Amino acid sequence: MDWGFIFERTFSTMIGPEVVIYALAALGLNIHFGYTGLLNFGHVAFMASGAYGLGVSVYYFHWNFWIGLGMAMVYSVVLALILGIPTLRLRADYLGLVTIAASETIRITVRSRVMKPITGGAEGISEFSKPFYDLSPFELGKFYNFGPFRYLGRDLWVLVVGWTILILLTLMVQQVMRAPWGRALRAIREDEDAARSLGKNAYSFKIQSLLFGGAIGAVAGVVQVVQKGSIQADGFNPTITFTIWMILIIGGPARPWSPIAGSMIYWSLIIFVENVLRQLSPQTRETLENTIKLSDINIGQMRYIIVGLGLLLLARYRPQGIFGSREEMALDDR
Amino acid sequence: MCFGCGSKVESSGDDFREFLENTRLGNVLTNLSNRFQTLRKIFIFALLCIFLSLFGVSRTSAAESDLGISGQLKYRTATGETVFVTGVTVSVEGSGSVTTDETGSFRIPVPGPGEYRVLLDTSTLPDTVSLKDVSRDFLNVNLSTNKDQVVIFALQDGSKVASPESTFALRRVVQLSVEGIKFGLYLALASVGLSLIFGTTGLVNFAHAELVTFGNLMGFFFNYYGFAGAIGFLAPLPAPLGSGSNLVIAAALTMVAGGILGYGLNRFIFRPARRSGVSLLAQMVMTIGGSILLRYIFLYFFTGGTRAYRSYSAQRANEFLGIFLTPKDIASMLVSVVILLIIGFGLKRTRSGRAMRAVSDNRDLSESSGIDVEKVISQVWTTGAALASLAGIFLGLDAVTWESGFRILLFVFAAVTLGGLGTAFGALFGALIVGLVINLSTLFIDVELKNMMALLVLVVVLMFKPQGLFGRKERIG
Repeated sequence: MDWGFIFERTFSTMIGPEVVIYALAALGLNIHFGYTGLLNFGHVAFMASGAYGLGVSVYYFHWNFWIGLGMAMVYSVVLALILGIPTLRLRADYLGLVTIAASETIRITVRSRVMKPITGGAEGISEFSKPFYDLSPFELGKFYNFGPFRYLGRDLWVLVVGWTILILLTLMVQQVMRAPWGRALRAIREDEDAARSLGKNAYSFKIQSLLFGGAIGAVAGVVQVVQKGSIQADGFNPTITFTIWMILIIGGPARPWSPIAGSMIYWSLIIFVENVLRQLSPQTRETLENTIKLSDINIGQMRYIIVGLGLLLLARYRPQGIFGSREEMALDDR
Repeated sequence: MCFGCGSKVESSGDDFREFLENTRLGNVLTNLSNRFQTLRKIFIFALLCIFLSLFGVSRTSAAESDLGISGQLKYRTATGETVFVTGVTVSVEGSGSVTTDETGSFRIPVPGPGEYRVLLDTSTLPDTVSLKDVSRDFLNVNLSTNKDQVVIFALQDGSKVASPESTFALRRVVQLSVEGIKFGLYLALASVGLSLIFGTTGLVNFAHAELVTFGNLMGFFFNYYGFAGAIGFLAPLPAPLGSGSNLVIAAALTMVAGGILGYGLNRFIFRPARRSGVSLLAQMVMTIGGSILLRYIFLYFFTGGTRAYRSYSAQRANEFLGIFLTPKDIASMLVSVVILLIIGFGLKRTRSGRAMRAVSDNRDLSESSGIDVEKVISQVWTTGAALASLAGIFLGLDAVTWESGFRILLFVFAAVTLGGLGTAFGALFGALIVGLVINLSTLFIDVELKNMMALLVLVVVLMFKPQGLFGRKERIG
């Protein structure tokens, strides 16, 4: 087993694009769930709204890339209103039902044949991100060395922009949550009736929270598809939502920096486990395959099993996450 | 539990596994990286990219395979001769059309798995041939494997005067309604448990769909391997123990297994969680975690392909009063009706059924009037899971897959919300209505978009009558 290789992969993952994308998504979910207590089980729908807001504008309407970015925000706002208006007056679990249903419906709809002229159907959309890469100060095809890591100019540009957005948004969330608006959200999470009795319009605050977090989710979707260079409907499946949940709960809900920490921990764990399993000696592999059916394809599925088990155990025994404090986030009902 | 431990697993997943075994991606990559030390870093980078994009690729690769819908148009003359029908236009909505060749065969490539509608252009049929049923000039195909799907249009000798347009539409409406009722009955079986678990504990069990999948897969397991699949030394014993059994026996065993799973989930996971004061919100996150855990364990052992039960898998639809149904459809509908009636009777008349409704209605009041709430909750989990497993078996009559439950989750939610969360009878009626609405909606919209109807139902109900048809206002928050 080549431990050097495994650690190199693990560490280069920790600042890689996936960490940025999932941390952004988790930042949005943190506003929903961590600060406001909204049970959003369809966060991937917001990522999809961002991705298709950009993609459809460029692919179908032939608009400029930068207008597309604006449309991504518009789409996420529309989605948040559709999901929020009927459900946020009701108990928390109704939002959960509707969001999980909506995220699957959106995925199935955009990949359908009927929508193909607009969304590209199952094949998706590609070649929309050129204006972004034109701005790159790095040579797209050249390799840049940083200590043990090497990055292609193209990815380096995505990473620089991605981390900048992520850190700026995290700082913004941190400030906003210290401001009266953020304190009102937390008050609603702790006790909606008490917040109401102090004259706060809980419904309106919850909608605003859904809008704000959804917009950050849409940013995550945009970064993801720009980084990949293509938009695939099936990439926005519910397992992504659950991965984001796992990341948020690892880091600890209702703390501004927890999405970044959670995302780093999650991805390094997954990449480490997968690499160790893939690098086992052939005999060990054979034994494992014969006893517990550990095939190559099953190693790829392993991460979802880890996510499921992790969510189950974290929610049961440590809902405040690794860094969170019980007082701030005990995952209480309203 | 091990779905493929027997030696004779016949599935499309096998080809794929064989391919993987021969290539051994992991080993090859390791060897390469050892050999070309200088290229190693580039390799690392490329691998990283590959791994990071695994998410998207693993699911979309299926969409790029060259799938198709094929079939052969033929009929039998009065003298028993088989005649192939050539030059007939067959089309798949959204994927183009072809004409049949000299052997009556056709094949239409489709972009990937999904639901398709195959249409036969009756005006291109020769004058001497007609469809056995004029309203069956289209077939809905659910393509979920990576194999071609064969469709059969029933043709007959002799021309038949086409019915006027109105009866044609009426027949279609009737056919779709019956199929809708069938789907609604399955949904009802799956929904009752979800609604009752919510009623008694306040918990929305997001993993309920996995109980349906569990039934779907356990049915397959008992149908093919019996207990010996799990406990090897039983192999020499007779049918349900040693080898696969008839689907009816398998279904009974599956319901028992489902009940045990439901009991176990409550006894070992959710009851301790309730006891140690884990909040409902955290419990819901637990069910979400449990859902994805179970789903991927199913995928791990069952692999991705679609399979079919050994018995009753391929049946011809018979006409009955102008409605086409296979015998298994009729049987499963009858069984569902009987079981739902028993459940309804049980809830109304038996002691434990009344206790269930009482706890659902007002937990504190029932507890103070001497009902053992924990016992009732345990019963609800057990029966709910057993019913969900049965729904899984019925769904499995059409296809056995690792995510068959998750595919109907949306409809189950819509049904339960429409009926009113927490009410058992509401769930029954909600399921029937949702089943009908979903199926009838395909008269107006594309089959693929019928999921949207479920979401629409959900949103409209929550907008205008959030407590559902049978629920009460104070529950909703």
